[in-house]
Amino acid sequence: MSLPQLPPVIVGAGPAGLACAATLVEAGLRPILLDEARRPGGQGTRRLSPAMMPFAEQFLGRAYANKTATREALEDRLLTRCDWRPGTLAWGIFEDRLEVVQDGRHDSIRFDQLLVAVGATDRLMALPGWTLPGVFTLGGAQVALKQHSAFIGQRVVMAGSSPLLYLAAAQYARMGLRDLIVVDTSKSADKRRAAIGMVLSAPGTFAEGLLLLAELRRRGVRRIEGAELLRVNGTNRVEAIEIRHADGRVEALSCDAVALGHGLRPETQLAELAGAKLKFDPILRNWFPETDEDGRAGDRLWLAGDSAMTGGRIAAAESGRLAALSMLAARGMTVPADAAKLRRRVERLRVFQQRMASAFRWPSHLAAELPDETIVCRCERVHAGTIREAVRKQAGPVEVNRVKAITRCGMGRCQGRFCGQTLQELTASTSGMPVETVGRLRAQAPVRPIPIEAAMEGDGL
Amino acid sequence: MLDGPILFRPAVERRPDITIRFEGRDIPACAGESLVTALLTAGLLTGRSEFDGTPRAGFCLMGVCQECTVWTSAGQRIRACMTEARPGLDLRTSAPFETFAS
Repeated sequence: MSLPQLPPVIVGAGPAGLACAATLVEAGLRPILLDEARRPGGQGTRRLSPAMMPFAEQFLGRAYANKTATREALEDRLLTRCDWRPGTLAWGIFEDRLEVVQDGRHDSIRFDQLLVAVGATDRLMALPGWTLPGVFTLGGAQVALKQHSAFIGQRVVMAGSSPLLYLAAAQYARMGLRDLIVVDTSKSADKRRAAIGMVLSAPGTFAEGLLLLAELRRRGVRRIEGAELLRVNGTNRVEAIEIRHADGRVEALSCDAVALGHGLRPETQLAELAGAKLKFDPILRNWFPETDEDGRAGDRLWLAGDSAMTGGRIAAAESGRLAALSMLAARGMTVPADAAKLRRRVERLRVFQQRMASAFRWPSHLAAELPDETIVCRCERVHAGTIREAVRKQAGPVEVNRVKAITRCGMGRCQGRFCGQTLQELTASTSGMPVETVGRLRAQAPVRPIPIEAAMEGDGL
Repeated sequence: MLDGPILFRPAVERRPDITIRFEGRDIPACAGESLVTALLTAGLLTGRSEFDGTPRAGFCLMGVCQECTVWTSAGQRIRACMTEARPGLDLRTSAPFETFAS
């Protein structure tokens, strides 16, 4: 293969994409950088809305607000040295072409080096009542504040198995929301067991977690640990969330909004369309794309950040830098010699996330207990009972894409992003097969709904 | 039929300075804020499920779930969480042309 000539293309302007771009720019290249959002930052480091900006110190704390302002100024300078295309949706990859829609116009970008760094969204388990207005994802609850300048309700319960519960709750409390309850469904015994490993792999991040806990105590936020979520109650809106405490007592927590999250789920669709193979990670109990230690997943393909492997903000940035070094080497350019150090750092931070995942476990066991009438697929309104029936009737190997074909679960607008995880577990628990043998929903272009005109102009359809 | 609960509570002072049209009604909004803020602070839904008619009012708020999808009068399908409010917007909850379902 001849050396790459075209500018590198980066999909996603979160911490991974921005760090990759910065390293490429330092080496004298001008990468094409695109993001569906209008502004850079991604989700975790999403920029505050103009209305929220005056409250940056209150929201982030003074030290972190200053750091953030400095980082964002650097990013703004970086963007002037990139071919920056905000508001651009990447919907497909065919051979060496990336198909995009920008402000309703279609474009096809040829590439010989592509970094996909499109992040992650909340990993969710279906819950009776979770389609009621007032139920949002935990990430959504944070975006509500940062981008939409609003709380998701007046009396809010944040529930699930995720360290992000504590961050989101602190953000709400700092902005003045008083009526706030955290229901952490993970077990304190699991957390104690994982603690030593977490301290060893990333003491700084672990300490940040403890500070958050102390802050919530100081602010008087009620915290319930080790409970199970039973259902969201209400007619036409959230009125309460019913939980079972660790001691067996059932309590309905009155509220007008609920935020749900059980950790993160990588956005792997574009990587898959670009040819990446996915493999099952037994600790995270989920599928991730295969890469080499620098994030390379093919001749023309690199992956970084949370869409490659859950690792958080810092691991995302370091993995973006690492991918950039690997891209430079593949172009025959001289590479600054710190790749080995970066590899060790990324590895350590990802190990930390794995240990965190065993502290905040994905509640896979709940799938078997879901009442039949629970809506699993929000888009197509497919119930747990319908899925169970389809699995039981299946002749031959049980596989989630076949269950999807029969039930339409995962066939709606979100393309299985919010039901896929429940579907996998439900298929496994009903058939009695290990979850890694029932597969995962395959990616298909377009990975997001697009105007049909755009698809017809593209090469793919 | 699109009146719902008031879901969003502004976290900072909000002073609407424009109006947008939604299902033929004038809705106060701040120029530049997201449409989902304008709708959910006004106690409006973003639509109803095509399958069982139950109310929809956004979910992920970051462009992934498509549950806040609305349509412009020109027939463009947009996500209320990813689109900024601007004067003259005329929105509805279903496509302004015939679909197979209608």
